[in-house]
Amino acid sequence: MPELSKIEEISQGVVAGDRRSIARAITIIENDAPEAKTLISKIYSHTGKAHIIGLTGPSGSGKSTLIEKIVREYRRRGKSVGVVAVDPTSPFTGGAFLGDRIRMQELSTDEGVFIRSMATRNYPGGIAKATRDAVKILDAAGKDIVIVETVGAGQSEVEIIKVAETIVVIHAPGLGDDIQAIKAGLMEIADIFVVNKADRENAEKAITDIQAMLQLNTKEKAWKPPVLKTVALTGEGVPQLIEKLEEHRTFLKREKIGEKSLLRAETELVEAIKEKAVNSIIEELKREGKFQETLQKIMAKEIDPSSAAEKLLHSKFKKAK
Amino acid sequence: MQSKRKIRVLIAKPGLDSHDRGAKVVARALRDAGMEVIYTGLRQTPEQIVETALQEDVDVIGLSILSGAHRALFPRIMELLKEKGLTEVMVFAGGIIPDEDVPEMKKLGIKEIFGPGTPTEKIIEFVLQNMPKKA
Ligand SMILES: Nc1nc2c(ncn2[C@@H]2O[C@H](COP(=O)(O)OP(=O)(O)O)[C@@H](O)[C@H]2O)c(=O)[nH]1
Ligand SMILES: [Mg+2]
Repeated sequence: MPELSKIEEISQGVVAGDRRSIARAITIIENDAPEAKTLISKIYSHTGKAHIIGLTGPSGSGKSTLIEKIVREYRRRGKSVGVVAVDPTSPFTGGAFLGDRIRMQELSTDEGVFIRSMATRNYPGGIAKATRDAVKILDAAGKDIVIVETVGAGQSEVEIIKVAETIVVIHAPGLGDDIQAIKAGLMEIADIFVVNKADRENAEKAITDIQAMLQLNTKEKAWKPPVLKTVALTGEGVPQLIEKLEEHRTFLKREKIGEKSLLRAETELVEAIKEKAVNSIIEELKREGKFQETLQKIMAKEIDPSSAAEKLLHSKFKKAK
Repeated sequence: MQSKRKIRVLIAKPGLDSHDRGAKVVARALRDAGMEVIYTGLRQTPEQIVETALQEDVDVIGLSILSGAHRALFPRIMELLKEKGLTEVMVFAGGIIPDEDVPEMKKLGIKEIFGPGTPTEKIIEFVLQNMPKKA
């Protein structure tokens, strides 16, 4: 099969939302094949619409179970969803057991949902690049929401910030060291905290512990991370979580719009300064008769326009000093 | 192009079996052999299995069944795979499948059938030797 037309076909399929094409595209980027770059460049202009949510926390805290409920809630609200579930590759064998789908069984036949399990493999730049590209593919395929599940342990935990816009850090009582299990790095990057398994004892304690830790962090922030509780098994607390996710999205949009309008204003200001400066200089040169004088010299080929301009401006600014 | 290529395997349990010890043993063995194993748990419908295989873009599917429902479920799975264009995926099966059913199952396109107690080394070797060549 000619490689380029294959990539063309797959990228067109991705943009059209074709599931087989999405799956094959993710394989290509996962394998870091030479065509991966071409593929991403072809779909890139279709990205940027999805809300990308990262869910991270210790193994067994209920991330996959919670994602299933989050997806259902988004589906009820008419949104299409992509899920990328990342699990570790064994450093010894290179193999991986990818079991997150066990908690999401019934979602697999929903046409509005696409789930992909990924192993961390041993990517030179960490997991971020492959995950980010997989997210781009789901985004380009038209998913409204893309959720990334990663285990919050080891060095990969903070990498999620390179992938997701909104980061949910999840914890659950009974996982040993409790709050200690949430590493300092995770505290820093969380936009929303979730204490899952709120049906269990000690859930309240976990919440107050997190709140206490947040209070230690005195840095002024425009967004204050809320602490929510959920029971992923029943879906309790999930609508409230979705509300917060939406709120954070709105917050991000506002921030981005603020940034953009600043940039737009700056460009406008620069343009306006240029125009005004040029006009006033030319007018003055004309008044002094230097403009016409120089024009004659250019016509007589005594000097080229660029050198003439330099000379005029030079004398002008020397005078100004 | 094969730089970081990994063998991706879906281990699936169709039917109403109430335990998955055997399936998990095979899943772990394949993982330890360096493969990426997607495991989806008990009681999968043929539709769920095939859709999962599609989304996960697997090279291989291993079906595990104890309940005797293979005669009803395997033909449906093979049919759906064809329907979705997943004809390159290699399928094997394990569990309790009577000898007299084996030829029929193989005719459906199931490459091999392993009885209970098959050493996992044998399954690993089989998968490695029968990996489909993907374009
Ligand atoms: N009691 C209780 N158990 C839960 C809850 N959420 C998940 N679990 C259980 O916790 C275990 C781990 O869940 P899983 O979603 O696989 O966690 P992950 O490793 O973080 O993805 C499973 O046995 C779930 O059934 C919950 O809200 N309450
Ligand atoms: Mg999980």
